[in-house]
Amino acid sequence: MNALAARRRHPAAIALLLMVALLVTGGLYAALAPEPAAAAAVTADQVSEGQALFRANCASCHGLNAEGNAPDPGQEEEGAYGPTLVGAGAASVHFQMETGRMPMAAPRPQAPRVNQVEFSDEQIEAIAAYVASLGPGPARPDEEWLDWEGQGDAGRGGTLYRSNCAMCHSSAAAGGALTRGKYAPTLEDVEPVHIYEAMLTGPQNMPVFNDANLSPEDKRDVIAYVKQMHATGNPGGLSLGNLGPSSEALFIWVFGLGIMIGTAVWVGQKGA
Amino acid sequence: MSDTTTARPADALRADDTPPEQTSSGTVRRVGGVTGWVDDRTGGAKGVNYLLRKVFPDHWSFMLGEIAMYSLIICLITGAFLTFWFVPSMGLITYDGSYVPMQGVLMSEAYASTLHISFDIKGGLLIRQMHHWAALMFIAAITVHMLRVFFTGAFRKPRELNWVIGTVLALLAIIEGFAGYSLPDDLLSGTGLRATQGFILTVPVVGSYIAFALFGGDFPGELIIPRLYAVHVLLLPAILVGLFIVHIVMVAVNKHTQYPGPGKTNDNVVGYRVMPVYAAKAGGFFFLVFGVTALLAAVAQINAVWVHGPYDPSAVTAGAQPDWYMWFSDGALRLLPGWLEFVVFGFTFSLNIALGSIVLLPLIYVVLGIYPFVERWVTGDTREHHLLDRPRNAPVRTGLGMAAITFYTILALACVNDIIAIKTGMSINDLTNTFRVSLFLLPPLVFWITKRIALSLQRRDRDTVLHGRETGIVIRTPDGRFYERHEPLDEYTRWKLVSFESHAPLELEPATDANGVARKGARKDRVRAALSRFYFTDRVEPVTPAELAAAHHHGEEHEQLEVPAVATEQRITSGQH
Repeated sequence: MNALAARRRHPAAIALLLMVALLVTGGLYAALAPEPAAAAAVTADQVSEGQALFRANCASCHGLNAEGNAPDPGQEEEGAYGPTLVGAGAASVHFQMETGRMPMAAPRPQAPRVNQVEFSDEQIEAIAAYVASLGPGPARPDEEWLDWEGQGDAGRGGTLYRSNCAMCHSSAAAGGALTRGKYAPTLEDVEPVHIYEAMLTGPQNMPVFNDANLSPEDKRDVIAYVKQMHATGNPGGLSLGNLGPSSEALFIWVFGLGIMIGTAVWVGQKGA
Repeated sequence: MSDTTTARPADALRADDTPPEQTSSGTVRRVGGVTGWVDDRTGGAKGVNYLLRKVFPDHWSFMLGEIAMYSLIICLITGAFLTFWFVPSMGLITYDGSYVPMQGVLMSEAYASTLHISFDIKGGLLIRQMHHWAALMFIAAITVHMLRVFFTGAFRKPRELNWVIGTVLALLAIIEGFAGYSLPDDLLSGTGLRATQGFILTVPVVGSYIAFALFGGDFPGELIIPRLYAVHVLLLPAILVGLFIVHIVMVAVNKHTQYPGPGKTNDNVVGYRVMPVYAAKAGGFFFLVFGVTALLAAVAQINAVWVHGPYDPSAVTAGAQPDWYMWFSDGALRLLPGWLEFVVFGFTFSLNIALGSIVLLPLIYVVLGIYPFVERWVTGDTREHHLLDRPRNAPVRTGLGMAAITFYTILALACVNDIIAIKTGMSINDLTNTFRVSLFLLPPLVFWITKRIALSLQRRDRDTVLHGRETGIVIRTPDGRFYERHEPLDEYTRWKLVSFESHAPLELEPATDANGVARKGARKDRVRAALSRFYFTDRVEPVTPAELAAAHHHGEEHEQLEVPAVATEQRITSGQH
């Protein structure tokens, strides 16, 4: 009888076994879980520069250490507050800042897309590095997943788009209204990387489509569909905002009927 | 063997017969050539002569119905083209046409053939867009035509029946439109069909049975597209065209109404004959309407089905609206609160949906259809009317019409609350609540404002007739008095302003006779008198010849004052007017 067998009923054995099990599970998870991929090489300088930028531009809402600023109970609708950014990841920062949504100019139901971005790419990278250093979160996607022209399947992406995206962004990707002044924005002219990051991080009212929900291939196909659809343009003429029957109604009543009645007045005036 | 030409004794019996006429259309001068040949065989000259010599009055608003008629014809022509390629089947195939984002997608043959028409048939997209724009125009033109008839009182005797036919036509037109809208089987139209199935399910007790019968089982099944196709291309067009012909024949039989004016009475029609004037005008107008429709279709894209993708019951798109003529019903659904759904004895009553769909939809057309009869009952007017009312001369009717338009428009706008919210940056919740309140608040307000405006316009008309037009020329008399010169109206203008009727409220007969016995129908009369007071208590009488003479007499005194002053008068042209 060896030593191990002799001690298998030792009171500490169960605790020891639990420790081993936890170690193995944790180790396996660490080895197999999708890597947050600390994007490129992040230098310490970048992190400290990002922290300085963060304190100057973001801390008033998100807190000095990005711990967040919870609203007083009952005051959720007003005042400036921001969620904690611990675990938000580089992809979030990249998406929010490169589309001009952050920093927000004023508290409002939703941060709008702003085309005039006030920060340079290096500054955004620095802030992203700082936020990524706070805790693991979604990282920037690899170029491979953005190559919709080469590897994307638009037909498959369209099916995914219609079941996952169209109910808010509309089938024409023209956007749609949500409750209380919030909205799903249009996807026209949105960079593929931003579409990808939006799906990955679920900004504002958007749900998160993580890699278990929509795999990176799926996300690439969705991007391919949106881009292909917009590339087709409007073969039928003026798009009228791609708003479907609502702008068509406005058009027929104002222009269609207007021209028809103008014609009728003209014909009616010409006596025999 | 006897000779056939030999007179037989029996021939004498027919000796007094009048010989048969040579032409079928006896009253018309005989013409030779092809026309004569056709007339000899059909006798059509008489009818054609009647039609070609028919007189119609001239006004642009009488052509609104024509726009509808021509749009219907355009729909029939372009629709025939579309049937050559459209496949009304819900059988599944994999798309391999030229629209890249749909390649390899499983879809119904209906949707695939619509994509085929749009992308692979020469001129297919243009014809499809013409068909859809013409359909929207058809119903828009019906609506404004109906409003013209309503606000000018053209629905009065003897045209009530034609008003009812028109109402049925308007209802059938929107059903026809909806059936066509549903055919491509795209995500948007499929969502509309799903909503329709929901409406049907809310019919108390038997709703699910009706829905199962229509869809041939549970939603969506495989039958609804072929069935809608039969309804859209066969059943409803036949009924629409048939009723429409009756509608037009009734216009010819009742003769066309005309606006009041010099020489226009209740017993004549002032205008031009069909040949040559209206044949040219109406014929030309058809080509203009066709041209404008083609222009719209060439310039503006409509119903981009390829964007929506094939219908899939698990998917839905934001900004899903039906075509505009169904908005009022969809809008009502968006405004109705959810607590109107309840369960009684195990049956679910979804009044939150039923009220806005299966109740509201027919209700609006029933109210429209019976309005002429209500007004006739209230006025007690059983005479024929061939002269139109100017809207201001029927203030309550005009007010009611405007209130109805307001009610309808609020419902319709509620259907696009999401589009309004996203385009204006407003909260959709606030918009919906605003619409809910406005729906009850605005129509009475609009009624009151319209009625006041109409009465004010009538008073101004009266004033203008009596005292003439204010010229803005201020006259100073030699003794230092000032007055503004009024220019009397010419007779043609005056005629328009004075030739209308103003109904007085009905007098209520005593409810009991001399012996104190209750009179039959007294209660009904009370309602009628109350309605009559509602209609006619506030009214402006047209100027009578006596009043006009008195006013002129008054005016002549002014003129006499003026005569010796001509040499010294100073004219001050006022810039204030």
